[in-house]
Amino acid sequence: MIRLFANANYDFISFRRYAYGLTALLIIPGMILLALRGLNYSIEFTGGTLVQVQTKAVVSTADLRGALDATGLKGAEIQNFGAPNEFVIRARLAGIRQVSDSQEGGTQEVAREVSEALTAKLGAGQFTIRHFEAVGPKVGRELQGKAGLAILFSFIVTLIYLAYRFEWRFGLAAVLATVHDILTTIAFIRYLNLEVSLVVVGAVLTMVGYSLNDTIIIFDRVRENLHKFRRQNLYQILNLSINETLPRSILTHGTTMATTLALVLLGGEVIRPFALVMTFAIFTGTFSSIYIAAPILMYIEKRWPGKDERGARVFTGRTSEAPAPVPTGSGPGGGRARAAV
Amino acid sequence: MSTIRSRLIVIAVVAVLAVISLVPRNETQRVPDAVTGRMKDTTVRRVPIHLGLDLQGGVHLALEVDQSKGPVPDCADAIQRAERVVRARIDEFGTTEPVVQIVGRCRLVVELAGEKDPSRARAIVQRTAFLEFRITDMKNLFRDALPGIDRALAQAGIRGTAAPVSSVAQLLGGDTTKGKKKAPAPADTAGANAMSSLLFQGQLPGEFLVPDEQVARADSLLARPEVKAVIPRGLDLKWGTDVQSRGARPYRPLYVVEDKPIITGEELTKATARRDQLNNHSVVIFDLTRRGSRKFCEATGQHVKDYMAIILDGKVVGQPPIINDQICGTGQIDLQSKPLTEAQDLALVLRAGALPAPLAIVEERTIGPSLGTDSIHDGIRAGAAGIVLVVLIMVVYYRLSGVLAVSALTLYVLLTLAGLAAFGFTLTLPGIAGFVLSIGMAVDSNVLIFERIREEMQHGKTLRTSIDEGFRHAMSAIIDSNAATALTALILYEVGTGPVQGFAITLLIGIAASFISAIFVVRTFYMIWLQRRPDMVTLSI
Repeated sequence: MIRLFANANYDFISFRRYAYGLTALLIIPGMILLALRGLNYSIEFTGGTLVQVQTKAVVSTADLRGALDATGLKGAEIQNFGAPNEFVIRARLAGIRQVSDSQEGGTQEVAREVSEALTAKLGAGQFTIRHFEAVGPKVGRELQGKAGLAILFSFIVTLIYLAYRFEWRFGLAAVLATVHDILTTIAFIRYLNLEVSLVVVGAVLTMVGYSLNDTIIIFDRVRENLHKFRRQNLYQILNLSINETLPRSILTHGTTMATTLALVLLGGEVIRPFALVMTFAIFTGTFSSIYIAAPILMYIEKRWPGKDERGARVFTGRTSEAPAPVPTGSGPGGGRARAAV
Repeated sequence: MSTIRSRLIVIAVVAVLAVISLVPRNETQRVPDAVTGRMKDTTVRRVPIHLGLDLQGGVHLALEVDQSKGPVPDCADAIQRAERVVRARIDEFGTTEPVVQIVGRCRLVVELAGEKDPSRARAIVQRTAFLEFRITDMKNLFRDALPGIDRALAQAGIRGTAAPVSSVAQLLGGDTTKGKKKAPAPADTAGANAMSSLLFQGQLPGEFLVPDEQVARADSLLARPEVKAVIPRGLDLKWGTDVQSRGARPYRPLYVVEDKPIITGEELTKATARRDQLNNHSVVIFDLTRRGSRKFCEATGQHVKDYMAIILDGKVVGQPPIINDQICGTGQIDLQSKPLTEAQDLALVLRAGALPAPLAIVEERTIGPSLGTDSIHDGIRAGAAGIVLVVLIMVVYYRLSGVLAVSALTLYVLLTLAGLAAFGFTLTLPGIAGFVLSIGMAVDSNVLIFERIREEMQHGKTLRTSIDEGFRHAMSAIIDSNAATALTALILYEVGTGPVQGFAITLLIGIAASFISAIFVVRTFYMIWLQRRPDMVTLSI
């Protein structure tokens, strides 16, 4: 039989400082970029008009822009979408003209203008409008609030659930790891300049679920090993648990990756941003379960030590006594734990 | 043996139920008849999974009470009444599975699957369809008040363009029957003709023509308080719907009508569209209630030889006809050379009644049918590729146990689709993506169990114990991790709209289905296996 990483015995936790550096390298420039340029929100959020057209003949985006400018529709964003004869034209409310709240009709107006411009440029019947969206500013603003609320709410629910099933310290570590995942994912979205639509927000929430799922699998093993090996310190237990769940992680992430990659490559333009975010989620979720959730659990334990049913401190780890020197490859990992069986 | 048998029975029952819920069945659809344009019922045979608008194409509209022309105090009540009217209209409009739904407090969502003409859908839903009949200004009270209006405007500092008023006579040609157009008052101030210079007397009393490019200006002048104060009491101004040409220039008619309608659309019982055989005009014939009929009879009797404006949603339809004789019981609205479909739509909205308040579209989404087909195609392609890869990984890595997991996965796919069909949920494009993704994640439970069994066997336990322990120990991880995913999916469902809700639903059903398939079914397979080969010491895992 094939076994990958069976009986692995890596000292994962000892590399945590490098891992922090790596993730900071990803997040910090991403956040700076975010502060400078913001995110590329879809019109669902900003309000505005989106028209997806398919032309009979191949037209250049420059030609289309010329046609739109001629109608006075300046500032619309034109993008090739999948095929050379397929375009998405986006006119965000803010960029087009001052449209006050009462003028919800402004978005309809833009649609008419786009249609006129295309008729003038290409002739009637030479194009089909495949997809049309017009979102008023009010709806867009509501959605922004809701998306943020959803993420916040999912944190609270997770915290409560994990506090109930495990312990509040596990819950806090898992939620902080998820915050890390959201930051890296936002940085990822910013680097690729993906359009943030409702579906992408859905992907971020799914990512939260997936990453939590992964963290919980490891924490479940930690919970079990804490009961099994009372003499080991938390550092060792964490390493042991990560190593023991490693084959599962490789397999599950492999099958999930197979499906997300299939979606990226074959799922079409609409699904691609979603699939990209989910593919990234597999990496950041795995990374954060090992290098964020586990070390944070260690720090939390050091700060607020817990007691087990015997009244003894449960997670007394060597790391909580003194700042551990970065252990070399053969640290006090799972090896000793296994010997104790 | 008996546990295995009862487990197999449960699995068989679940599988059969899933298959039954996916068998194509006959459904009744209302579709418009190609010839008559009326709605008729037809039967189609199809797999009972609802496809979202993004997959089958269609129009999605979100509407709110339009507050821009004055606040509506109780929007929730207004939207509830609007919902009934819109539903009545949509039911006749002819789409397969129309959705008319109040979302939140004051928002109405209308979804018309398969509808290709968004502008027609918009018009049907949005049209207030408030119908009134009013007598025009037969005594020319407004015309006589024009000099007063001009003076009022001049005092407010608004002057006319000093356009040569004399051109009006030629403009109107010889058919000006009424007594001279408004005499340009020998003004005390030159240029005090701000209003009158915009208006040209039409062919009948109370009709004025305004050059099309001046309509906006005339409208804004008429809305000024000082003008309103001078307009004689009991009169109202309404624009016409159609542009008329005089010579080369387009003019829009402005009608002066009495401010009280003879009757309104509330008194309508029936409305049908027809093509008039004599002049080939499209007309809408309507019947009145007994009460409306009496009122109409009486009023038209008093106004023989007067002109009666037919006002729909605040605009005068066509040119007001002359009342030749008392009209009772039925009447007709002449749409002249407009296409018959327009008359049909008008009859439809008149039958369904008027909206209590005008509705504004706050969100619109139209997806062409070809885009939907492409999306389904892409989704199936990606899903197939994903499934093939997952099957390969599982079978190569876990051998016979992998085959067990894959057969459980087949049941998983079946159960998820059946869940969508049975609960009447809608499959959307993000839903397909969620489904494909969930296939990769569904094997997670099996992976956890298999890895655990491998570990137990490695610790030297017997095969039977290893399998028992493997399932037992993996369970807490499976429950906790799936519960966390389910909680986020629930939140997504609560917060999301349309397509995203579809995604959350597929995720939730998927989690439930994977519990049954990955744990219960695979466990049963192992039990059968051990039953058949009690002496087995190695496991193909």
